[in-house]
Amino acid sequence: MKIWDAKYECMPREELEELQLERLQATLNRVYKNVTFYRKIFDELEIVPESMQSLSGLVNIPFTNKEDLRMNYPYGMFAVPLREVVRVHSSSGTTEKPVVVGYTRNDIKAWTNLVARVMTAVGVTRDDMVQITFSYGLYTGAFGFHYGAEAIGASVIPTGTGNTEKQIMIMQDYMTSALISTPTYAMTLAERMDCIGVDPKKLSLRVGLFGGEPLSEAMRGEIESRLGITATDNYGLSEIIGPGVAGECEYRCGMHIFEDAFIPEIIDPKTGERLPVGSVGELVLTTIKKEAFPMIRYRTGDMTSLEYGPCRCGRTMVRMNKTAGRSDDMLIIRGVNVYPSQIASVLAAIVGMAPHYQIVADRKGAHDFLEIHFEAAEGTFFDEMKRQKAFLEMVEKRIRSVIGISATVKLVPPNTIARQEGKTGIVIDRRKT
Amino acid sequence: MLKIKNINTYYGKLHALRNVSLHVNAGEIVALIGSNGAGKTTILNTVSAVTPPADGEIYFDGISISRLATDTIVKLGVSQVPEGRQIFKPLSVEDNLELGAYLRSEAGERKKDITKDKDAVYALFPRLGERRKQTSGTLSGGEQQMLAIGRALMAKPRLLLLDEPAMGLAPLLVQEIFRVIEELRRQQGTSILLVEQNARVALRVADRGYVLETGRVILEETASELLANRDVQRAYLGKDKKEIWER
Repeated sequence: MKIWDAKYECMPREELEELQLERLQATLNRVYKNVTFYRKIFDELEIVPESMQSLSGLVNIPFTNKEDLRMNYPYGMFAVPLREVVRVHSSSGTTEKPVVVGYTRNDIKAWTNLVARVMTAVGVTRDDMVQITFSYGLYTGAFGFHYGAEAIGASVIPTGTGNTEKQIMIMQDYMTSALISTPTYAMTLAERMDCIGVDPKKLSLRVGLFGGEPLSEAMRGEIESRLGITATDNYGLSEIIGPGVAGECEYRCGMHIFEDAFIPEIIDPKTGERLPVGSVGELVLTTIKKEAFPMIRYRTGDMTSLEYGPCRCGRTMVRMNKTAGRSDDMLIIRGVNVYPSQIASVLAAIVGMAPHYQIVADRKGAHDFLEIHFEAAEGTFFDEMKRQKAFLEMVEKRIRSVIGISATVKLVPPNTIARQEGKTGIVIDRRKT
Repeated sequence: MLKIKNINTYYGKLHALRNVSLHVNAGEIVALIGSNGAGKTTILNTVSAVTPPADGEIYFDGISISRLATDTIVKLGVSQVPEGRQIFKPLSVEDNLELGAYLRSEAGERKKDITKDKDAVYALFPRLGERRKQTSGTLSGGEQQMLAIGRALMAKPRLLLLDEPAMGLAPLLVQEIFRVIEELRRQQGTSILLVEQNARVALRVADRGYVLETGRVILEETASELLANRDVQRAYLGKDKKEIWER
């Protein structure tokens, strides 16, 4: 299969590591100069940015975590003046402060190139019709694949989200050959095709690139057999760049991280120590090519391991294994990241103090859903059915406005939710992965 | 081809280069961009051991050259064209070129080969050919610059270190000099590490560039990325805010 950027993707490791060191040194000098947040922590810890003599020296630099990004909302982490930013994206959260990320013209170009690598690696070519069913908005997913596909020369069908039957009609009539979606949405498409009597095998569809949520092997198998396509996995997050951080090659033995742009590390999420090669731990990424929004040792929260052995595809870039859960309690529901703390704060705001609650994530068919149970107490329980219903609807509406997706809220009798020491809420994920 | 790793260079107490790492691939033109005193020339002088590094490593074709003397480095294939075209003004053009091959004739290389290379320089710079017997002090500024480059080429370098080749030259001559730089790379595959105040011209011929500030590298990008970088435009391409805004 073709390699989009062989000069970098197949660069001998020694050369690659020298390039990484050069770019890391320049990045550290730049963030020290341009980002107050980094200058402050470097000064406090007496870290001289130009003292980084090797890649292993990175362990002496503190992590950046999501909270740091929230504290610097909206533009505090930008390393260039706003007039040089040509694009802004942000993470989920409609009322809580989201994370805002920016791109310069060069960043958009680099991003385009990275996603083109991901797509080329699984065989997307200029002859493909690429249907993008991600949301075209503040999320990075749709735009990233849009640019990548155009750079390759493929034809983009930017359908965006929703309207499943129309998506299927377009898929048939426009002869879509590559599908960009969440794994869940691929299953929704397959189910709807069943309902309306469309035979997926008669479509031109041949490959799917799935993102937004983890693609489990079980799900991959099911998508492949039901849609008759090759289902491929890739990895990205908006804090780092969006899609284009890593992607599978045709051998599907992990996702190659594009190390000319990102330096990956695996740490113990509890101690923060860097773990030996091969261990499972939290993925930490440092960007070494970004202009507007550089990140130094960003804690992704994703648990995985790295594989440095050579790959049959010829790429020299390290492979990350499928993500094995989160180091925090973040849930991914229909491609949207949900933190239980967001829900807890909504409940606390309404009830006055945090009630005992549990968050249940479950799956019906291909549809993920979220239920929030909380114990009846003074102020949440009403004798009148009408008032009770109105109250629960109000809670649902508030939660939806904070987490960005709908959740069903149920009242349960007092003392029926298991207690966990030091916590008022528990999270139960019943989805088989 | 050239790899610089973690070098620190001092002028007395002045810390001129702070942990600088960079590289030049075979056949590549790399530009060093930055304001006065950023350390651009110091990098060239450090590579050619005019001001050796206090620590760090410099490799040329895999050989460590950070502890070698200048003449040994020249013999390995690295030639520097210093800023201000320091030619031997009382001597003729031809004598200047022959001095450039001094280490080669000393090593017993045949005169015929050296003459051939001299002719190659004249082919590259026809003006020098026309003035080969002329005292070089009487040449124009542009011609003196051509002679300085020609003299460096007589050492048959595989890596040419060029310091401000366009300084003080009229636009037409600047074009002429940069045409030759591109031709050198195309014809002979010479790698070039280029320091130039005129960042716009330099980035037009370069493949990649590094931006230096107060002795530190703050950016490594392709030349086209650097040209599109508005920080670089404002600071080094002489575009003012209005021009950037109204582009």
